[in-house]
Amino acid sequence: MREIAKACVIAAKDMLTEIRTREVVSSVVVFAVLVIVIFNFAFGSNPQAADLVAPGILWVTFAFAGVLSLNRSFVLEKEEDCIEGLMVAPISRESIFLGKFFGNLLFIFLIQVIVIPVFSLLFNVGFFNIELVLITVLASVGFASVGTLFAAMAVSTRARELVLPVLFFPVITPVIIAAVNASALILEGGGLGDITQWLGIIGAFDVIFVVASYLIFCFIIEE
Amino acid sequence: MAVETIPAVEIKNLSRNFGTFEALNNLSLVVEPGETLAVFGHNGAGKTTLLKILSTVMKPTRGNIYYSGLSIAEGAENVRRRLGVVSHRTFLYSSLTAYDNLVFYSRLYDVAGYETRIKQLLNRLGLRSRMYDKVGTFSRGMSQRLAIARALLHHPEVVLMDEPESGLDTFAMDALWQLVREDSRTVIFTHHNLERGFQAASRVVIMARGKMFFCPGVKCSFDELEKAYKASLETA
Amino acid sequence: MKRRVLFFVSSGLLLASFYMVLVFVPTERDMGIVQRIFYYHVPLAWIAFLAFFVVFFASTGYLIKRKPLWDHIACASAEIGLVFISLMLLTGMIWAKAAWGVWWIWEPRLTTSLVLWFIYVAYFIVRAYVVEEERKARFGAVVGIIGFLNVPLVFLSVTLWRTQHPPLTIFTEGLAGSMMATLLVCLFAFNFFYFYLLAEGTLMKADERAVKQLKEESIRRNP
Repeated sequence: MREIAKACVIAAKDMLTEIRTREVVSSVVVFAVLVIVIFNFAFGSNPQAADLVAPGILWVTFAFAGVLSLNRSFVLEKEEDCIEGLMVAPISRESIFLGKFFGNLLFIFLIQVIVIPVFSLLFNVGFFNIELVLITVLASVGFASVGTLFAAMAVSTRARELVLPVLFFPVITPVIIAAVNASALILEGGGLGDITQWLGIIGAFDVIFVVASYLIFCFIIEE
Repeated sequence: MAVETIPAVEIKNLSRNFGTFEALNNLSLVVEPGETLAVFGHNGAGKTTLLKILSTVMKPTRGNIYYSGLSIAEGAENVRRRLGVVSHRTFLYSSLTAYDNLVFYSRLYDVAGYETRIKQLLNRLGLRSRMYDKVGTFSRGMSQRLAIARALLHHPEVVLMDEPESGLDTFAMDALWQLVREDSRTVIFTHHNLERGFQAASRVVIMARGKMFFCPGVKCSFDELEKAYKASLETA
Repeated sequence: MKRRVLFFVSSGLLLASFYMVLVFVPTERDMGIVQRIFYYHVPLAWIAFLAFFVVFFASTGYLIKRKPLWDHIACASAEIGLVFISLMLLTGMIWAKAAWGVWWIWEPRLTTSLVLWFIYVAYFIVRAYVVEEERKARFGAVVGIIGFLNVPLVFLSVTLWRTQHPPLTIFTEGLAGSMMATLLVCLFAFNFFYFYLLAEGTLMKADERAVKQLKEESIRRNP
């Protein structure tokens, strides 16, 4: 309980930083919209093509934007060795992981809340129904869990901008495949029954990697 | 007959390797409650490594540390509650205000009634007027003062400081030592300047090559310290 | 001594496998000469997965025990695994070109291997960008663990994604006796060969470490 309470203190701190600077929202959202627009040029704007590639574009955008925001989250902690400040505080290493994980998850949601309406507008696809929200939320949990773990690692290497995507993208392949296909099925008019297998894969990914990241995180930040 | 007291800090056979390099080599040291211990040593002697292990950021390869009898190997969280740490870096978020930063750390340390505590510390360190400014706009000295406030928020029993005076002016140095010595705290600090460190300390030791090179039980004279320090440089 | 035994056994078996694959086994009726790739393709795949399992196992061992030996085993095994999975992908591509007329098909097993290839390339990229030996080992171990946990999920998602593809005919029809014998000899040969390479690789890493230690010590003594 205390672990979660302290994690929320850390996540709240990350949110406060964002309120004070608006760095992530401004830069990442502009980036995400830019990606969408460029994809639109690449695939042409005919409605049939849009329906076909829309889910793919959306999830690629989330993955790219996620990398930016994840990197940012640990650059913040590294600037004045703040992560050490957290490590000397009377909280467990796991609590630090949960705090950063909650913070990153919130950021991913924040990005999605802004990007999805823009996306629906530009691609003229309705993206507001309960199944799509479910897919998005579940997939985001998976993104944030391994993302937090790898971002903590990337920030201690000599090339964090390279290391994070190189690690992050192959590992989240199952989530991307599942989320894209499930979204496509829903957009074609399918229901919850059509996507249970896909949701199962995303759910399994979430459980395995939230637990694994929670357990492994302490090995990454220690010195 | 003297009463046996539990040492505030007891370092037992501490070793730490970095790959093949031995930064600390079977180091032992006892610090009594209320002592202000200055640790000197040439670059690479292992001072920073020692402080990092003392502050539980780094794990030792071998050996253990006891704070008032509490081992850091088990229950590091309870030990951390008793420690205040001032490092080379400030541990402060540059995009948050001074007040935000201190509130954040107060919550992590469960400081009750933190508002008065924060204002009191900022007053004494001459930062009250900059309380609501972002730390990013602070000078090196001001950030360092704020870092000291951050370390003392929760009334720690033991304070660990790595080069605490770097960037401070005379006023701030006085404020630092006054604040740190309150509540008869135990203090362990490193200093690059023998004279300044000697003045502030109640006992001095010198490290060389990961070991205690010079470790008198009571405070020695400055001449002795200087002589021993020169000798320690030759081992490097 | 044991290494020498492993060396002779594996070279003997490999020579025998050359003979069986190139001379002994009859040419397959439908596929023709290219089918002979199969006898190496399958053992390559098997060894790659075995090697990655060893990486996972040794990585866990390293995080628990913190003995350099575990890291040496993990790193050596990852090197072997990466070479083998690269060869497996190459032979798979040659096979695909002969069987389906294209160099690449998104067949579940091949696709899973491709994702794994990326993950273990990332393993070496991470290690390359970390300076400190000990942190290098720790970060490598984390990637080794996360990467392997991901294998079933990648496979499941890719399979579900590509269900429309025909299953490979080799396994459905069963193998003729001589073909089975050849495959088994190849499998045995590669297994011994893997363990021989692993032993050599691990010892080499230990030697590298010892040399580095001597170098550092001599620099410290006579700067």
